[in-house]
Amino acid sequence: MAKATFKVPTLCQYPQVPPVTPGTMAHSSPFLSKPEFQAPLGFPGELVENWQERAIEKMGELLTRYRSLRVYLDSCVKCGACTDKCHYFLGTQDPKNMPVGRQDLMRKVYRRYFTSAGRLFPKLVGAEDFTKEVLDDWYSYFHQCSQCRRCSVFCPYGIDTAEVSMAAREIMDAIGVGQKYCNEIIGKVYKIGNNLGLPGPALIDTLEGLEEDVFDDTGVHVRYPIDQVGAEVLFVTPSADFFAEPHVDGLIGYGKVMHESGLTWTFSSLASEAANFGLFIGSYENMRKVALRIREAAIQLKVKRIVFGECGHAWRVGYSFLNSLAGPWDFLDPRYPVPQHICEFTYDLIQQGRLTLDKSHNDDKVLTFHDSCNVARASRMGDTPGGQFEIPRAIIRATCNHFYDMDEETIRDRTFCCGGGGGLLTDDLIELRVKGAKPRMEALNNVIQEKCVTHMVAICAICKSQFTKILPFYGMEMDQVISLHQLVSNAIILTPRDDDADDDDGAQGRADDEDDAQ
Amino acid sequence: MPFLTELYAYVFYGAALVFVSGLTYKVVQYTLTPAPLKIPTTPAPTARGGVVLRMTREVVLFESLFRGNKWTWMFGWLFHFGLFLVTLRHLRYFLNPVPAFIEFIQPFGVYAGFAMMIGLAGLWARRFLVDRVRYISACADHLMLALLFLIGASGLMIHFLVHTDIVAVKTFIIGLYRFTLNPLPADPVLLFHLALVAGLMVIFPYSKLLHAPGLFFSPTRNQVDNPRERRHLVAWASRLERP
Repeated sequence: MAKATFKVPTLCQYPQVPPVTPGTMAHSSPFLSKPEFQAPLGFPGELVENWQERAIEKMGELLTRYRSLRVYLDSCVKCGACTDKCHYFLGTQDPKNMPVGRQDLMRKVYRRYFTSAGRLFPKLVGAEDFTKEVLDDWYSYFHQCSQCRRCSVFCPYGIDTAEVSMAAREIMDAIGVGQKYCNEIIGKVYKIGNNLGLPGPALIDTLEGLEEDVFDDTGVHVRYPIDQVGAEVLFVTPSADFFAEPHVDGLIGYGKVMHESGLTWTFSSLASEAANFGLFIGSYENMRKVALRIREAAIQLKVKRIVFGECGHAWRVGYSFLNSLAGPWDFLDPRYPVPQHICEFTYDLIQQGRLTLDKSHNDDKVLTFHDSCNVARASRMGDTPGGQFEIPRAIIRATCNHFYDMDEETIRDRTFCCGGGGGLLTDDLIELRVKGAKPRMEALNNVIQEKCVTHMVAICAICKSQFTKILPFYGMEMDQVISLHQLVSNAIILTPRDDDADDDDGAQGRADDEDDAQ
Repeated sequence: MPFLTELYAYVFYGAALVFVSGLTYKVVQYTLTPAPLKIPTTPAPTARGGVVLRMTREVVLFESLFRGNKWTWMFGWLFHFGLFLVTLRHLRYFLNPVPAFIEFIQPFGVYAGFAMMIGLAGLWARRFLVDRVRYISACADHLMLALLFLIGASGLMIHFLVHTDIVAVKTFIIGLYRFTLNPLPADPVLLFHLALVAGLMVIFPYSKLLHAPGLFFSPTRNQVDNPRERRHLVAWASRLERP
């Protein structure tokens, strides 16, 4: 069991709503960004002199840019429906982690500066000046929201705390109070092309290694091409897929599916990252800039389709925003949606009977499925609402014999966040991450006890990294979380190609392709 | 008592003006503020018709609240639909001749008055009994409940205990349409009831009562889930595309 400097929550068989205990997480806040991480994003390096004035000005600007923010700050009636829905509240008991408690941190400032009632009777309506104490509270608690939108499911007005916390982070960035983790990563994307800062040659190296591994395993040359001009499909995936465990096993699976599809496909070193942390910091401009890399790569590589790998918020930005941010996609093949999720792609092939799958290859596992928050509540797969729940499950059922869902209250659109989403997947927030995972860990623990589940399948890079890290805190094994396409990878029976015999060095083959490109 | 009649007439003209102009201002503001990104809480309808259905279920059945908290839903729904029926019932004081439907619901409107009070009492109790709701309740939240409770209580009192000359009240109200002042009965409970209603009208556009128009403008509920099929672009975002 991992060592913790704080108290790891005890898992209960039945979900319990804890008593309100103010201030339990007041000490939690992520590392501040440094000037060198702020500059590339267009933010001031440190707290500006007239920060209060600038912050109110920025809030005023956002109120005219986002209807959601304006309506949500006005509409809350404090009914309490959201108060027991946030995993961070359930795990920490801190009332400022109740969605309404978190929103109120901004609402009290909004009321003070933007409403008549707050200007005239601040005490009565709970309006407050934007003081340094309030700013500190903002920095702490708006970085305890993973923007998972679970609260918005239950709110009678659909108030989405994610919209509020994104706005708060954008306001803080505008006055020089940024979060190191997110802003440093966005800088890396601009400079190198992905969150992890993996340069092109490192990617090529990794992919060559994978080709060799898969050939050794299966005797079939499965290609993992990069920067191949003229390929039909551009594959955009979170950079963690290239080397992190268990992500990479999913990436191996993508390659096998592409191989069976018979389509030519390619990664891109320019857009070697599906994640878009611009979402987390609420910055439309930065989110757009990150998204435009994908457009640029698609044009450069002359592809016809775009497919996204397993990543939760990347799929939100891909599915819901990419058309707005980087469209129109009229230069791509109009017969396919832009972008497509790899699950949609694999599911279609299964439906057409074009994949040969042997479920028994996964017989060593009993599986359950974690619906990733951004996929579940902020996007879709397939043609019908709810496809984001059914398509991954259909793939799991097609690739294994033993599958059990967790408690109905904790899956589909009521799924709990892994605890590390929304730009919180950083070691300086480990206490928050462990405590925030409690509701998911409880549901998982229950199916482990009742159904002898051995592994939890995830379709999000952040979920996979988060669970790998925090499962040991709860006495489970880090490798109990796996990629959905790892199951596919295990079950798939590969079709050898004619060129497998003569092209006995796959890596060489790819290098030739690159020469062609130049 | 002509002074009272005049006072109440002006108070209601004023309150109506504040209510209509304040609410219009907010609705126009919400309409003019763009929603740059597609953010429906999914699964969401993929066509307009589905959105209308989803919104109707929210407005009529409080679907999300039902999923969120059964007690709050029960009391909240009792209150709102009690209030809705009571308001319909009150139309007979505002319309001449009274439509048959309004005549028909008169007795139900009275029961609805009690339902409304039970709902309010339950919602108020939650603000004391549930620690999470107690934590988020501000002074204004209690005052709002007090205001509504007193409006309901005084209304029921007028119906059951201290009757007023309801024909005269109607003459007063109808007169207001044509700027004619007809005497308003000087019954204290009636005056109290009317003053509170005027107060409610005034604070409506400046308080959390904005949840009423707000729901219709909530992007997580009113957007169609079709971002891949149709490009969604607002004016300020399209300006970023020009070099």
